[in-house]
Amino acid sequence: MTAEAASARPMVKAEMVCKNFGALKVLKGITLEVQKGEVLVLVGPSGSGKSTFLRCINHLETVNAGRLYVDGDLVGYQEKGGKLHEMKPRDVAKQRRDVGMVFQHFNLFPHRTALGNIVESPVHVKGVKKKAAVDRGRELLERVGLADKADAYPAQLSGGQQQRVAIARALAMDPKLMLFDEPTSALDPELVGEVLAVMKKLASEGITMVVVTHEMGFAREVADEVAFMDAGVVIERGNPRELLAHPKHERTKAFLSKVM
Amino acid sequence: MTDVGTPPQAIDAIPLRHPWRWVAATVIIVLVALFLYGAATNPAYGWSTYLEYLFNERVLLGVFNTLQLTAYAMVIGVVLGVALTVMRLSSNPVMSAVSWVFLWIFRGTPVYVQLAFWGLFPTIYRNLQLGVPFGPSLLEIDLQAFSYPFLLAVIGLALNEAAYMAEIIRAGITSVPEGQMEASTALGMSWGMAMRRTVLPQAMRVIIPPTGNELISLLKTTSLVTAVPYAFDLYSITTREIAARIFEPVPMLLVAATWYLAVTSVLMVGQYYLERHFSRGVSRTLTTKQLDALAKAQQPSAG
Repeated sequence: MTAEAASARPMVKAEMVCKNFGALKVLKGITLEVQKGEVLVLVGPSGSGKSTFLRCINHLETVNAGRLYVDGDLVGYQEKGGKLHEMKPRDVAKQRRDVGMVFQHFNLFPHRTALGNIVESPVHVKGVKKKAAVDRGRELLERVGLADKADAYPAQLSGGQQQRVAIARALAMDPKLMLFDEPTSALDPELVGEVLAVMKKLASEGITMVVVTHEMGFAREVADEVAFMDAGVVIERGNPRELLAHPKHERTKAFLSKVM
Repeated sequence: MTDVGTPPQAIDAIPLRHPWRWVAATVIIVLVALFLYGAATNPAYGWSTYLEYLFNERVLLGVFNTLQLTAYAMVIGVVLGVALTVMRLSSNPVMSAVSWVFLWIFRGTPVYVQLAFWGLFPTIYRNLQLGVPFGPSLLEIDLQAFSYPFLLAVIGLALNEAAYMAEIIRAGITSVPEGQMEASTALGMSWGMAMRRTVLPQAMRVIIPPTGNELISLLKTTSLVTAVPYAFDLYSITTREIAARIFEPVPMLLVAATWYLAVTSVLMVGQYYLERHFSRGVSRTLTTKQLDALAKAQQPSAG
């Protein structure tokens, strides 16, 4: 494939992605594309399947129907002769290395310092030399404004600081795609701003991002595209200014009137 | 508005008095003194015999053998326990079932019965053959010639211990929030690496206190190896060998109790340091070093 074709290939491509938990249908056919360098913000009421879709992208959940591609590769399966074959755990892990994920509840490793959290995966998964990983880790802490907190344990940091460490930890793997699952929902209002500021900076640096959030201001300012989800389907998607100001569907209108 | 010039006076209150604590302490001291006096003057305790045998060569050999039994059984028990837990929690149904059956049998039967069984093992299986089933045998070991009570005692204690350790380790692992495994796999770790690097170190905080309990319990359970029969542990030597010869069971029991208590005390100290090591990052409380650094930062840059 030529370099041109590779850059034109979408970073995430979902075709009719469905996911059920037993009889419960959570995703009922999601079709979406995220281009390289773009920021997609998913909005919608609780239980609409936003987080589940995000978790499908790095195979924390397996898709029941449809196809999901990250950078042209099918997630979790290999297609051979028209048949899907489940991937070996090792290959799934390899796929996940290229996708960074930031969680609502941070999920930092409590037994490691801020710096320890960041160097953990580069050293033990990628085999980066300890010294190089530590230098890079300090650089990343600087980037999220926490250069002085390298030796603090997560329990000694505020929620906003913890989330910024979590972002630095995900960035340390040099992901080609970053997923944010309600990164500010567990934070005190005064701490939300510092995390959003870091995310804004990442977006301006051209990192491809898929963000689930209730921060409409962030969506309006940073997103290249906003998708509104409800009951497991994408109701409408489009330019954030357009969609947030003039939603076409009743359900979008009803939701936005409640959160804005 | 607050006046910056005059800081408020530090509180110097009269502390609350606790008179009943003094009364209770006095009563207890008197009772203990009475008991000690009684024990010292009662000839049944045989204190001279106690002192004579406390550091007896045979007794020390018993202590050494008991420590060896405990150490080997515990190490094998922990390693096997971890393996059983990983099998139990793995997605492989064969592994999971094997682990469950092992636990069912070794936790469900008395350790004394198991030890007696291991003692009879060479009698039940007279020789051990390695080879193709119903085909030629490649290696043959005569178990009766190989009868070795110490080894059998270790095997018996270790397999029983493994079953209990597996449950303790499983409880520890399930106490670690799910998000930790998710965050690890999202960073590209395999299941095994996430277990080793993320989950198990955090589970240790829950695993260590009951494991210390198990170790102390195992130390005392070694007195049951007489079922194998193995006759050279601390309990067998003091009560069966020496007490039966000198007809003074009480001082010999006290000798055994003293040694068990001494070893247990040493183990408790070790447990304290292990717990401290694995509680890193649990508390928000800052270390003295960190507090000093913060206090220094708070001071105006005068000096």
